[in-house]
Amino acid sequence: MKVLGLILAGGKSEKLGKLVYKRASAALPIAGKYRAIDFTLSNMVNSEIIKVGVLTQYNPRSLMDHLGSGKEWNLDRKKGGLFILQPYVGMDGQYWYKGTADAIFQNMTILRRGDEDYVLIGSGDHIYKMLYNDLYMFHFSKGADITLLTKELDESYDIKDYGTVVVDNNMRITEFYEKIENPPTRRAFLGIYFINKHLLMELLYSTVPNGGNDLLLDVILPRINELKVYAYDFKGYWRNVKKGIDEYYKINMEIIENRDIRDELFFRNGKVFTKLKDFPPAKFGSTSNIENSIIADGCIISGSVKNSVLFRGVIIKAGAKIENSIIMQGTLIEEGAVVKNAIIDKDCVVREGQTLIGDFDPVVLEKRMII
Amino acid sequence: MRNVVALILAGGQGTRLGVLTERIAKPAVQFGGKYRLIDFTLSNCVNSGIYKVGVLTQYKPHLLNKHIGIGKPWDLDRKDGGVTILQPYFTEKEKVWFSGTADAVYQNIEFVDECSPEYVVVLSGDHVYSMDYNELIDYHISKSALATVACLEVPLSEANRFGIMVTDLENRIVEFQEKPSEPKSNLASLGIYVFQWNFIREVLMEDAKNLESSHDFGKDVIPKIIETQRVFAFPFEGYWKDVGTIHSYWEANLELTRPIPAFNLYDENWRIYTHSEEMPPAYISYESKIKNALISEGCEIYGNIENSVISQGVEIGKGTVVKNSVIMSKVKIGENCYIENAIVAENVVIGNSVKIGVGQFAKSKLNSDVYNSEITVIGMDSIIEDNVTIEKNCVIGIDKVLHSNSKLNSGEFI
Repeated sequence: MKVLGLILAGGKSEKLGKLVYKRASAALPIAGKYRAIDFTLSNMVNSEIIKVGVLTQYNPRSLMDHLGSGKEWNLDRKKGGLFILQPYVGMDGQYWYKGTADAIFQNMTILRRGDEDYVLIGSGDHIYKMLYNDLYMFHFSKGADITLLTKELDESYDIKDYGTVVVDNNMRITEFYEKIENPPTRRAFLGIYFINKHLLMELLYSTVPNGGNDLLLDVILPRINELKVYAYDFKGYWRNVKKGIDEYYKINMEIIENRDIRDELFFRNGKVFTKLKDFPPAKFGSTSNIENSIIADGCIISGSVKNSVLFRGVIIKAGAKIENSIIMQGTLIEEGAVVKNAIIDKDCVVREGQTLIGDFDPVVLEKRMII
Repeated sequence: MRNVVALILAGGQGTRLGVLTERIAKPAVQFGGKYRLIDFTLSNCVNSGIYKVGVLTQYKPHLLNKHIGIGKPWDLDRKDGGVTILQPYFTEKEKVWFSGTADAVYQNIEFVDECSPEYVVVLSGDHVYSMDYNELIDYHISKSALATVACLEVPLSEANRFGIMVTDLENRIVEFQEKPSEPKSNLASLGIYVFQWNFIREVLMEDAKNLESSHDFGKDVIPKIIETQRVFAFPFEGYWKDVGTIHSYWEANLELTRPIPAFNLYDENWRIYTHSEEMPPAYISYESKIKNALISEGCEIYGNIENSVISQGVEIGKGTVVKNSVIMSKVKIGENCYIENAIVAENVVIGNSVKIGVGQFAKSKLNSDVYNSEITVIGMDSIIEDNVTIEKNCVIGIDKVLHSNSKLNSGEFI
């Protein structure tokens, strides 16, 4: 059995504010060295998917730069490999993707070519670690047409931001509620689909030309009774960075606080691959004081760092104090500066003695800012 | 573009590194947290724009071969040139092993001829330094030399440990002294050579026929060619270390943790590339105190670390103190241990409440030439169970197990 991977990475997200001024949410730096898309991409590669299409639209430069030829994920191949699927100008006009279904429809060639039998559709915004093999087995054992990945969400998720499903005893989906207050269940759809390729092609051909552009709302939900749509429950850690700056901040903090999450994401069921940067190990000076933090390679730390994530090549000078913050690659915090509850984007400088202090909502400093 | 081939001699055993090279070649020994020694020379080559590299292996090459692979981390996976591993091979003359550095190059004349270069750079795979070989080659050309030897000025008192070059006013080498008791100069050879290929090719063919020669560049070839040919000394100014002994290996690692180290790993214009495993950033816990340390990716640190180099994927438990030590990759150390002046090789597992490096120094019972400092060395893949005490200058071999509550006195080994 061969599976084609498709990653939806084109959406725009106003909720991420300054963090996505210059990048797609799938390219959001996370956990000290990764980009959001690394998780789904690595999951696919770890599940032996060797052909992956990434659908991009919004601000793709940073994402393209990150993905390159797909070398870091072993996707620079003769057979299969990485395909970047961007909107394009054709003979008869320009076609921005009008929705997820439309995006795939416009790239029908990748479905038509190739000998894959199934398609796994994921998102570039999801932080989770999963081998999809059990999902495949579930799909076959149920004789499903489509399997949606779901998860029982606890109180730490704002359920009204998620689509929820009602299933029968056999896990077949009977009802679907798209982002409503107080849904009957907390079993949320995670935005990950597994579907027979030819069925997907048929569904797209019959829906998209008639104006149905969303894969979930226009293609699948109207047919929820005629198709056999099943829910497969994912038990592990799963978050979506696209839900907002708060969620993005929370994910980073959860990775610091909880060793089990680190173990699950980084040390089990394969690795998370990302673009290599060849930084030397992090260096801790004699005046450094580090507590409960994640420190990537190439950092040089002389100040104090608490409950924070330092990306690669961050420099913290003596006397600087960093607390509850996320500091991205190449940022310099000079002597005596104080940074609390902040998200500082790449290549920023916080000058000597300056302060940057957020409150309950973290303050965000845009890329290449100097204060 | 000049046509240059680099040959990296990586076959040495490095006997003075003792148990560290019992399973692997010296160029494959880890250094500086995430590197292996050969990374420095390989990175120098590509940073100098040399993309035709042969690596000559001989002693226990498996890990080294795996590390280099097709040269991807160094951008040496290329359509033409790239990196080639040159291992000893069997011919109709039945000679298999490289008997000396010059012989190693001689036996690979065909490889070099394929590229028909103008210059050949001969390098060692086990030195720590950054050098732009273009400067060396430019110097070589400007002197119209047939051979040039990179040299470093060393203190006269230490000159007796090196091959010493005596030069005339224009830096032409007029005399070569191998480890002289009365050095006439303080220019030490670094074992880094550039040759006109067509010249050295002839010299090597002749040397191969000479039954009295030990086929070594330093001992035989250089002393012979300086008699008649234009051979120059290139004065290198910068950091260079042959981390040939346990003590110098340990010291060079620890130097990297100093505020302004002599060797700069952080130079953006001269990156050191390596083949490293994909690991998440290091985690440092609430309880940890860290002073003057290098800590690599994949570490989970719950203890205290001082003046130490910690490689990738190391776990250090709560209440444990690691001081003045080199901890190589994937070592697991339990809780409440005390580790001082130790070199712990890859994949070692240490239990709880283990003490290493305590007590008084004693002479090594294994080999006092190799193990002659307070440093305790633990070989690859060994297991140290709970409550074990290991004193100073001890040696634990590879794949050994030290059972709970046992004790190794200073100077002892297993």
